[in-house]
Amino acid sequence: MSAGSELIPSRHDEHGRRRKYLGTAFAIVAGLATVVGVIALIVLIVDVAIDGLPRVTLEFLNSFASRFPERAGVKAALAGSVWILGLTTVISFPISIGAAIYLEEYAAGNWVTRVIQTNIANLAGVPSIVYGILGLALFVRALQLDRTILSGALTLSLVVMPVIIIGAQEAIRAVPSTIREAAFGLGATRWQVVRHQVLPMAMPGILTGTILALSRAVGETAPLIMVGAVGFIAFTPEGPMDQFTVLPLQIYSWISRPQEEFRELAAAGIIVLLLLLLTMNATAILVRNRYQSRG
Amino acid sequence: MANIYDIDTGGAPPALEARDLSVFYGMKQAVKEVSLDVPAKRVVALVGPSGCGKSTFLRCFNRMNDLVPTARVEGEARFGGVDLYGSEVDPVEVRRRIGMVFQKPNPFPKSIYDNVAFGPRVNGFRGDLDGLVEESLKQSALWDEVADRLSDSAYALSGGQQQRLCIARTLAVRPDVVLMDEPASALDPLATQKIEELIYELKERYTIVIVTHNMQQAARISDYTAFLYMGELVEYGPTDNIFTNPREERTEAYVTGRFG
Repeated sequence: MSAGSELIPSRHDEHGRRRKYLGTAFAIVAGLATVVGVIALIVLIVDVAIDGLPRVTLEFLNSFASRFPERAGVKAALAGSVWILGLTTVISFPISIGAAIYLEEYAAGNWVTRVIQTNIANLAGVPSIVYGILGLALFVRALQLDRTILSGALTLSLVVMPVIIIGAQEAIRAVPSTIREAAFGLGATRWQVVRHQVLPMAMPGILTGTILALSRAVGETAPLIMVGAVGFIAFTPEGPMDQFTVLPLQIYSWISRPQEEFRELAAAGIIVLLLLLLTMNATAILVRNRYQSRG
Repeated sequence: MANIYDIDTGGAPPALEARDLSVFYGMKQAVKEVSLDVPAKRVVALVGPSGCGKSTFLRCFNRMNDLVPTARVEGEARFGGVDLYGSEVDPVEVRRRIGMVFQKPNPFPKSIYDNVAFGPRVNGFRGDLDGLVEESLKQSALWDEVADRLSDSAYALSGGQQQRLCIARTLAVRPDVVLMDEPASALDPLATQKIEELIYELKERYTIVIVTHNMQQAARISDYTAFLYMGELVEYGPTDNIFTNPREERTEAYVTGRFG
C-alpha cells in the first residue's frame, strides 16, 4: 500500500467518520445559536415596525405627550434623552479615561490599587436601580439638585463609569509595551508617552467601550424613575436644571395604557429609540475610523 | 573578577562606567556586581547565554529598569563621571543622552517622518526639523529608500527598514551613547549585514554598547567584548583577545560554541 492511499479515508474507519460527523454537528449547533439571536432581533424589529412605523411622522417627533393619541408625540422625551445622554457623556467620559489612565500607567501595583480595581469591577455589576437610590439620596436630596436633568445625568454617569473604565483599561493595556519603551527611550516623559503614543493607539477601543456603555444608558429607566424623571412633560428642557423625561419612560407610560392607539405610539417610540442608538453607533464607528486612519 | 583595566581609553575618560552594579528582580539577582568601562566612540559587545543578565545590565545605562516595578539597582552606573542613579539625576534626560534600539523593530504607528520627529518634538526641539529628520535618516542609511514617501506609515516598511528607522529615531535626539539590545536578531541576513555596516559607521560619532547572541557578529563589529555568565562578568577585553586568546576557560567554551 502506498503512503498516498492513506489520504483517502477508508469506509471501515469508524473513528475517522465519527469525528468528522462531530465536527459537522458542532458547526450546525454553533450556527443555530447565531441564528436564534438574529431571528429574535428581526422578529422584534418587524413586529415593532408593523405597529409603529405608520406613527413615526414629523408631527410625532414634534409633538408633546398628550391624552389624545392622535396628538401625542415624543418631542419632550427625545429632547430629554438627548440632553441626558450628552450630559452623561460629558461627565463620565473624562473621569473614566482619567481613572483608566491612572490605574494602568501611574498607579503602583500595591494592595490599594488592587482594592480599587476589584471595587470598580464590582460596581460594574451593581443593578442600576441601586444607583438610582444613591442618586436620589446624594444628588436630589443632599446636594439639592432636585429632579433635574443634571441629577439624572450624574446618576447615569455612576452607572456607566465602571463599564467605561474597565473597557478603557483593556484598550490601554492592549497597547504593546514596546511602544512605551520606545517612547521612554527617546526621552519622553510619562505624560508625553501617554498623550502621544498610548492614548491615540487605545482610542478606538476606548470609544467602542464608551459607546456600548452609553447605549445601555440610553435604555436605562429604573435609575431615572428614582431621581424623578416624570412621565408627562409638555415642554422641551432648556438647560441642565430643567425637569425631564426620557424615551424609555415615555414608551413605558404609553404601553401601560389600555388603548390600542397608545400601544402603537409605544412602538413608534421604540423605533425612535432604536434610531437614536443606531445614530450613536454610527457616530462611534466614524470617529473610530478617523482615529485609525490617522494612526 | 574580570580585570577592567585591560581597556585602553587612550587617556580619555570612559563614556560609561559600571561599578559593582547589581540588579535585582524581587529576590532574584539578575546582575551581580559588574564593573566595566566603556570607552568613548567604541563598540562594546555584551555576549553570553540567554538569561545571563546582559540585557538587564544594558538597561541600567538608560534607566529603563525604572519601568519594571520589581527591579532594584545597586552600585553605580556612571555617564561622564556622574552616577545615573544619583538622586538629582532626571531619568528623562538620561534617556535623551543615552538612546536605545530594541530587539524587535518597534516603530510608532505613525508616518516615517513622525517617527523620527517624535524624539526632537517631545524634547522641545526648535529649529529645522525637516533637516534633522533628513540627516538622521541619512545617518541610518535609510534616506535613499524613503525620501519620496516620508508621510507613509512606518508599518509599510520591511523589518530591516523598520529597524533602521528605529535607529534614525534614536539618533534624531542627538544622544552620546546608543544602547542596542540584539538589534538584528529579528532580521534576515541581508538586513543584519546592513545594520552591522551601519554600526561600524556610527562609532565615528557615538559610543555603542550592543547585546548580541551572535558570536560572529560580536567578532565582526565590536572593539571590546564582555562575556557575562549567570549575572557575572566573566571576562572583558579587546574583542580579538576574547575570541582568540581568552583567559577564562568558560569564555573559551562559550565563544567557540561548546555551550550556550
